[in-house]
Amino acid sequence: MEIDPFIFRLSIFILSIFIGYYVVWSVTPSLHTPLMSVTNAISSVIIVGAIIAALAGSSENIFGISSIFGFLAIVLAAINIFGGFLVTQRMLQMYKKKKDKKK
Amino acid sequence: MISANLSAIFYLISGILFILALRGLSSPDTSRQGNYFGIAGMIIAIVVTFLSVGNFSTSLTYVIMFLLIGGLIGAFIAFRIPMTAMPELVAGFHSLVGLAAVFVAIAAFLNPEAFNLGVVGKIKLASLIEMSIGAAVGAITFSGSIIAFLKLRGIMSGSPITFSGQHFLNLILGIGIFVLIYYLCISQSANIFWTVIMISFLVGILLIIPIGGADMPVVISMLNSYSGWAAAGIGFTLENTALIITGALVGSSGAILSYIMCKAMNRSFVSVILGGFGADSSSDNTKQKKDQKPVKSGNAEDAAFLMKNASSVIIVPGYGMAVAQAQHALREMVDKLKKNDIKVTYAIHPVAGRMPGHMNVLLAEANVPYDEVFELEDINNDFANSDVAFVIGANDVTNPVAKTDPKSPIFGMPVLDVEKCKSVLFVKRSLSPGYAGIDNELFYKDNTLMLFADAKKMTEDIVKNLD
Repeated sequence: MEIDPFIFRLSIFILSIFIGYYVVWSVTPSLHTPLMSVTNAISSVIIVGAIIAALAGSSENIFGISSIFGFLAIVLAAINIFGGFLVTQRMLQMYKKKKDKKK
Repeated sequence: MISANLSAIFYLISGILFILALRGLSSPDTSRQGNYFGIAGMIIAIVVTFLSVGNFSTSLTYVIMFLLIGGLIGAFIAFRIPMTAMPELVAGFHSLVGLAAVFVAIAAFLNPEAFNLGVVGKIKLASLIEMSIGAAVGAITFSGSIIAFLKLRGIMSGSPITFSGQHFLNLILGIGIFVLIYYLCISQSANIFWTVIMISFLVGILLIIPIGGADMPVVISMLNSYSGWAAAGIGFTLENTALIITGALVGSSGAILSYIMCKAMNRSFVSVILGGFGADSSSDNTKQKKDQKPVKSGNAEDAAFLMKNASSVIIVPGYGMAVAQAQHALREMVDKLKKNDIKVTYAIHPVAGRMPGHMNVLLAEANVPYDEVFELEDINNDFANSDVAFVIGANDVTNPVAKTDPKSPIFGMPVLDVEKCKSVLFVKRSLSPGYAGIDNELFYKDNTLMLFADAKKMTEDIVKNLD
C-alpha cells in the first residue's frame, strides 16, 4: 500500500508546529514585538503561490482573471516582505546593551 | 526550469532558514543575524519559484514590476512608521497576509491547471477543501485585522460593540462555512466558493468588534496566529513545504503569544479564541466608585526631591507613556538619576501597551539598554527593597485589588507589587479608572503621591527640578 503524499505534508506540518512551539517559547519577552513583525514577513512566503498564479497566463493573455489575482497578491505579499523584514531590522538595531554608557 | 524534487529541497531549506530566524530572537545579540536568515530564506523561496515555473516571457517582467511596487511601498512604510504605531502596523500587515491568501486561493480556484490541481469544475477534492479553508481563514484574518487596525488607530472607537445573540450568530456563521464547503466539494460551484469567502469576511468583522481596546494585545497575537494557519492552508493546496512549515511556525507563534497575553490578564484561552470578551469588564464601574477617599497629590518638585533622595528607583511604564510619547523625556530623567548614583530599573508587565513587547521596543527606541529592563516575574520581588516606584502611564497592572478582592473583575491577574515600595509616584491625568473600569486602590495608599499631569510634561518638569 502506498502512503498518500498528503500524509507526508501533514507530518511536516505537525512537526513544524512542535518546532514552532519550542522555538517561540525560547524567544525573550522583550523581543515579542519583533517576533510578530518577522513572523508577518515570513508568512508572506505565500508570494510563491501568487507568482505561480501570475506566471500562469499565456503570452497572449498575460492578465487573465486568475493572473490578476496573482499579481494583486504579489503586491500585497511584497509590501509585507519588505515592510516586515525592514521594520524588524529597524527595531532590532535599537536594542543595545549598556556597556557604552558605563561612565 | 528545475525539477520538482530539487525545488522541494530548496523550499525545505528556506523553511529551515525561517526556523533559524525565529530562533535568533531568543536573545537581542543573535536577533539581527536571525533576521538575515529570514531574508535569505525568502530570497531562496522566490528565486526557486521563478526557476520552477520557468516561464520567462513578458509575464515575468510584470511579476518583477509588481514585486518592486509592493517592495517600495513596504520599505517606505517600514522606514517612516513611528515606533508607537507598531501595533497598527502589525495589524495592517496581518490583513495583507490574509488578503494575499484569499487572492491566491481564488487564483487557484479559477485556474487549477497552473497549480496541478485538476481542471475547472473538477478540482481534486483534497485541494478544494484545503483552498477553501485557506481562503476562509485568510478572509477572517483580513477583515478582523482591518477592524483591529481601525480600533488601534482610533478611527473606530475602542469600546466593545456587542449585541444580543452575537455568539449564537458567530456560531451559526461558523457552522455555515463548513456546510458550504461541504456543498462546494459536491458541486464545485463558483458561487458557493464566493459565498464562503464573503461569510468569512463577515465572521472576521463580527469576531473583533466586541473586543475592547485594552484587550488588543490578545487580538493582535490571535490574528497573527490566524494568518499563519491561512498560509499553511494555502501551503497544503500548493503542496509547498516552505509555506506549510512557515504557516505552522507562525500559527503556533501567534497562539503562544495569545496564551501569554491571556495568562497576563487572567483570561481563559478558549474565551479568547472564540472572541467576544472584554464586554464583561465594565460592569462594576459605578459600585466601586461610591466612596471618595482622600488622595495625596504632589508636583514635579516633590517628585524630584523624593527621587533624588532615593537609592533605587523602579520605573513602571504603560500605554499612557506611549500615548504621551514620554519615553525620551523619561530616558533623560533616568540619566540624571543615574548621575546621582541612583539605581534605576524598568519593570514591564506583559500586557503593558497594545501588543506583546510594545514597551520594550519604545524603551529601546529611547536608547534604554535592554539589560535594565525586566519582566514582571524577574523584578516583582525587588519592589519591597526599592525606595521609589515611578508609575507612568500604567494603571490596572499595578492595582493591588487583583490580589485582595475576589469580587474584582481583575482578581487573579498577575500585577506588579508597586505598593511594596517605600513610596510610589503615580503620573496620571486624573483619578479616572483604567480600562478595566475599576478604581485603583493604589491611589489612596499613604505612600502614594499622585502627580496629576500629562506624562511627558510631568517627566520634563521633573527633569528640570532634578538639577
